[in-house]
Amino acid sequence: MTRLLPALLLLLALLAAWEAACRLLAVPAYILPPPSAVLHALVDKAPLLLASAGQTFRMALQALLLAALIGVGLSLLVSLWKPAERAVSPLMVALQVTPVVAIAPLVLIWVGLDQADRAVVILAAAVAVFPLFSGALTGLKSADPDLERLFDLYGAAPLQRLLRLRLPSALPFMLEGLRVAAGLAVIGAVVAEFVSGTGATQGLAWRLLEAGNRLRTAEMLAALLCLAVLGLLLSAAVGLVEGWAKRRAR
Amino acid sequence: MSAAALAAARVCYPGRVVGPIDLSVAPGEIVALVGASGAGKSTALRMLAGLEHPTEGSVVTTQSGRTGFVFQAPTLLPWLDASANVALPLELQGLGREDARARAAALLDAVGLGGRHAARPRQLSGGMAMRVSLARALATDPELLLLDEPFAALDSVTRRRLIDDLHALWVARAPRTAIVFVTHDVEEAAYLAARVVVLDSSTGQVRQALPMPGGLPRSPGWRAEPAFREAVERVAAALEEAMA
Repeated sequence: MTRLLPALLLLLALLAAWEAACRLLAVPAYILPPPSAVLHALVDKAPLLLASAGQTFRMALQALLLAALIGVGLSLLVSLWKPAERAVSPLMVALQVTPVVAIAPLVLIWVGLDQADRAVVILAAAVAVFPLFSGALTGLKSADPDLERLFDLYGAAPLQRLLRLRLPSALPFMLEGLRVAAGLAVIGAVVAEFVSGTGATQGLAWRLLEAGNRLRTAEMLAALLCLAVLGLLLSAAVGLVEGWAKRRAR
Repeated sequence: MSAAALAAARVCYPGRVVGPIDLSVAPGEIVALVGASGAGKSTALRMLAGLEHPTEGSVVTTQSGRTGFVFQAPTLLPWLDASANVALPLELQGLGREDARARAAALLDAVGLGGRHAARPRQLSGGMAMRVSLARALATDPELLLLDEPFAALDSVTRRRLIDDLHALWVARAPRTAIVFVTHDVEEAAYLAARVVVLDSSTGQVRQALPMPGGLPRSPGWRAEPAFREAVERVAAALEEAMA
């Protein structure tokens, strides 16, 4: 608590300054509402925001799982069969550098315009997959060379080497990749929802769009706050998994 | 009949050639490899283990394939406890988990770690971790035990204890296990080995093979004997000559 106190005090001071500035300078609420108005919107729209946050969280989580499955799966394949790395890596890099907004319309067409949530999950997974693939691949190659020699000496089969040496060695790298990917999955889900623009997904991005179109800036800021909390919660959840796995690994 | 041998074995690295090395290790013999850093001692050891193949020449590895290796660092799997680390080679070679763990427990007892079976590597001191590494190398009942500067990173007291323990383990297993070890410590070489092989610092070729006096196993007071001091001086002089 003592550690958090300076940050909390600074936050309170900034909020107080914001509130005072809005009132003293009579800033129009559609440009910058005071924090009290944001809080009011947060309470007033709580059921709607919670439902939307739940929807965005569900899509981000599904995207993260899909990305983990593809990213780690491909890195395992590549680590077991060298030529696959030369085939897969350029495709992964190409996917990483292609903006999600550019491929969103295509994905929407392919999965069907009435399946926008699926499109969002796929697009968010496309954004999140690279750090998982790259982290896992780096980790799988990071085993101590002397331990690799030890496994050579005892004639370990490829699967034994993978399960007993390379995967445990790769775990910290995979968890680091998961932490980065968790943030990207939320960003990807929001961007994809913006691009799909149908309102069918009813996530936080849609709440932002809807409030923005009606110049309800306080509601926009309330949705943004929910989004930030969502990102922090997902990051904290990954942090818990990371801590547990590292304790077990040491 | 040799436990393992190198015949004119040469390894070409980019910008560097090691060898040709001729070295034959008799069953149950203890051989020390000394030489300057980069002379090719570790390369010779890896070739004897079958972990590195010569560009030219040939290698005869153990007939049974039972070779143990101790690296300069303990090289333990940090996510496994001491017992599981020692059992690893046996499990990799197909022995059941229970049998492997039972054998690992006996080996840990033999290297003086009776109470530390469940300890993770981070809970062990450098000397203890090296003992676990030694127990792991002995797990497959090796015909040839290779050690690459295993005690270099330890303090002098721990090093001397481990050298004595290695000697005792060899005596207990004699004549089943031949030992080849790399060291920079001439006293260690003269004490443990029946033969000290000095590699040339620039070519990696064998410059001298010095038989050590006193016979094995060593008597408890061997380090204080004038013959031992003389042997140490001979090895030091040969090493200096090889590094000139």
